[in-house]
Amino acid sequence: MIGTWQLVRLALRRDRVLLPVWVLFLVGVTYSTTTALEELYGSQESRALLGLTANANSAFLAMLGPLHDWSSLGGLVVWRWGVFSGLFIAVMAMLVVTRHTRAEEEAGRTELISATVVGRHAPLAAAVVVAGGTSLLIGLLQALALIGADLAPAGAFAFGLSTASVGLVFTGVSAFTAQLSENSRVSNAVAGGFLGVTYLLRAAGDAAGESGPRWLTWFSPIGWTEQVRSFGDDRFWVLLIPLVAFAGLVGVSAYVVTRRDVGLGLFAARPGPARGSIGSPSGLAWRLQKGSLIGWSTALFGVGVIYGSVAQAVGQMVRDNPALGQVVQRIGGADAMVDAFFATVTQLLGLISSIYLVQALLRLRSEETSFRAEPVLATPVSRWGWVASHAVFALVGGAVVLASAGLGLGLVHGLQIDDLGAVLPRMLGAALVQLPAAWVLAGVALLLFGVFPRLTGVSWAVVSVSLVLTLLGPTLGLDQWVLDVSPFTHVPKYPDITFGPLAWLTAVAVLLLVAGFAGFRRRDLTT
Amino acid sequence: MTSAISVSGLVKTFGPTRALDDLTLDVQTGEVHGFLGPNGAGKSTTIRILLGLLRADSGTARLLGGDPWKDTAALHRRLAYVPGDVNLWPNLTGGEVIDLLGRLRGGVDRVRREELLERFELDPRKKGRTYSKGNRQKVALVAALASDVELLILDEPTSGLDPLMEAVFQDCVNHERERGRTVLLSSHILAEVEALCDRVSIIRGGHVVETGTLADLRHLTRTSISAELAGPPDGLAGLTGVHDLVVEGNRVRFEVDSDELDPVLKQLVASGVRTLTSQPPTLEELFLRHYEDAK
Repeated sequence: MIGTWQLVRLALRRDRVLLPVWVLFLVGVTYSTTTALEELYGSQESRALLGLTANANSAFLAMLGPLHDWSSLGGLVVWRWGVFSGLFIAVMAMLVVTRHTRAEEEAGRTELISATVVGRHAPLAAAVVVAGGTSLLIGLLQALALIGADLAPAGAFAFGLSTASVGLVFTGVSAFTAQLSENSRVSNAVAGGFLGVTYLLRAAGDAAGESGPRWLTWFSPIGWTEQVRSFGDDRFWVLLIPLVAFAGLVGVSAYVVTRRDVGLGLFAARPGPARGSIGSPSGLAWRLQKGSLIGWSTALFGVGVIYGSVAQAVGQMVRDNPALGQVVQRIGGADAMVDAFFATVTQLLGLISSIYLVQALLRLRSEETSFRAEPVLATPVSRWGWVASHAVFALVGGAVVLASAGLGLGLVHGLQIDDLGAVLPRMLGAALVQLPAAWVLAGVALLLFGVFPRLTGVSWAVVSVSLVLTLLGPTLGLDQWVLDVSPFTHVPKYPDITFGPLAWLTAVAVLLLVAGFAGFRRRDLTT
Repeated sequence: MTSAISVSGLVKTFGPTRALDDLTLDVQTGEVHGFLGPNGAGKSTTIRILLGLLRADSGTARLLGGDPWKDTAALHRRLAYVPGDVNLWPNLTGGEVIDLLGRLRGGVDRVRREELLERFELDPRKKGRTYSKGNRQKVALVAALASDVELLILDEPTSGLDPLMEAVFQDCVNHERERGRTVLLSSHILAEVEALCDRVSIIRGGHVVETGTLADLRHLTRTSISAELAGPPDGLAGLTGVHDLVVEGNRVRFEVDSDELDPVLKQLVASGVRTLTSQPPTLEELFLRHYEDAK
């Protein structure tokens, strides 16, 4: 453990921009959600109606969780933001831990560090301290923000600590996944997959209804935060579960560290073929990226299945009680509830697919900075051919990912309402209309890569802004011109698909891509 | 003889750093040309410009009769490159990388590939991430040497190889020379340069300060002499071209400019020579002299 503090300082120095942005984002949204909800649901009646709607609708239950206590503003905040807050902090913890453990090891820098007076456990301990500490700080500041918005202190701390607890659990999860493979991408993919399962387990549990498997939420770190019932019962004791999970995961990871060699994973790499069959840049792109494409497509198919399976209940609820429709509309709905539900869900799927697209496209940059682009570009492969290989993979891969999601949605919903023939193509279409907006974000990423290579990371800021604007913008009551910044705002809402916006979004994407390519053709390779 | 590489007045800046400053380099077709210089002198920058990976700010560069920035793909069909830092894809095997790079260049010579794998004792079934630095370099070397090209550009290709493999490498380069290929070899290993290169260019601070055959370069340097004389070494100190003279009774040690050897020896003979050791300048000295001047 010697040297941990020096490594903590190193990590904080390297993340001096990233971490404050995360803190600011998670605390800022907490505060602004509170004030926005206060404005929207000031009266007791409107909250009661919302509570009735939210808890009767399995789609809402699956997406946001139950609204345990609608009598207080705090309860509304927990319902609208609690699950997302947990999701975001989990991503933060995951990225930070992997970045300072496996990614460092993969790059060979841990070897450099380990040869100095630094304990065997110090790199892992430093990453855990930084990610865990940031989680606690975020939780604390969230509590203060809620208290600042005149909410009950006990509930505020229950909420903040719940968010922090998800951060801690995923600090532990990533500390563990970082030990498994020699590749940091795999560490992140496994931890990210676990996060998806975490979200879906609680979605299934929350939407299950009285007789269903409600206990499923107890198997999800995000489910635990719901069980705390902040601003209701304030069951602080539930937070002991994530604490134990955190300690256990970190303990196991620390044990694995003592059992393996620096640079290697728990599972040794197997020998592969002596001869290769790859003979073109696109063949190489396919080989490098197919694993991630298969993973993402499967995951989004799963998400589609889950959402598809709750859609029918939405229609049922409206038929039972049409008066509720009005209230739900405020949460971002159109006229027909099922359509509104699908509009929201496909938009969410579009946002998720844009994350896939951008990370697939940015493979270009990581190939460049790791000096792996150089030997390829020293062969007769042209700059154009090399960029195109990964860009086409990303653009088409995005379509595949979205189609799998649409397939999941359509298949399940179609079977449920016994009209597969009509539903499936409609759902595929509803998912694929998101593609041009996702392409625009990919275009921004390629433009940055081609013209300002050192700022390629800003692509993620652009994706995050689009995500936040689209997911939370309407709740936050932002002006239309702000919402218009996100390309997803312009995607026609299901079921009213018009081709005008799709055409110009595609045109914008093409322009950005061409500009990005032209920039890359003219610039030096840099690291 | 025609020039395979011909560079003149090349300038490249990175922000405030002037990486190449009026660099001139000429590599004849069919020769093995050594490219020597301290770290950060601009060797890799020059090579990257020749490969069209970087764009020169000014100056001209011709490679195999073409413009390296404009005719990139066409030129790359005729050359193979081994980078100084070989980074492989972690989940591709060495064999896959060799075949990939070979195919991208337009084909691999199967027989030659197997022969090279055997000579370099490289296991092509291991994944990229499990190779050591030396083995990663072997992958890039086999890929380059097994392709049918006119020009090999090698950027410190042996910095991770053991002495046995170094010998194999030298054999291979000699073989390439016999086949009429041109080689640009950037290197730090002077014995290697001495053994392989027809001509050498020394680069310092982004500028080629010396170029020519080793014999040419030696001519510009000093020979170390130590001698035991019959009488006191009179008049030696006054001669031009004598440096670092140490006199201990009748023994002398000094260095002499190679051009001034004749008058100095005459002076020694005049004093009566009992023993004489003369050491021609090593490449190290040549090299160090140019490097140290930079400070």
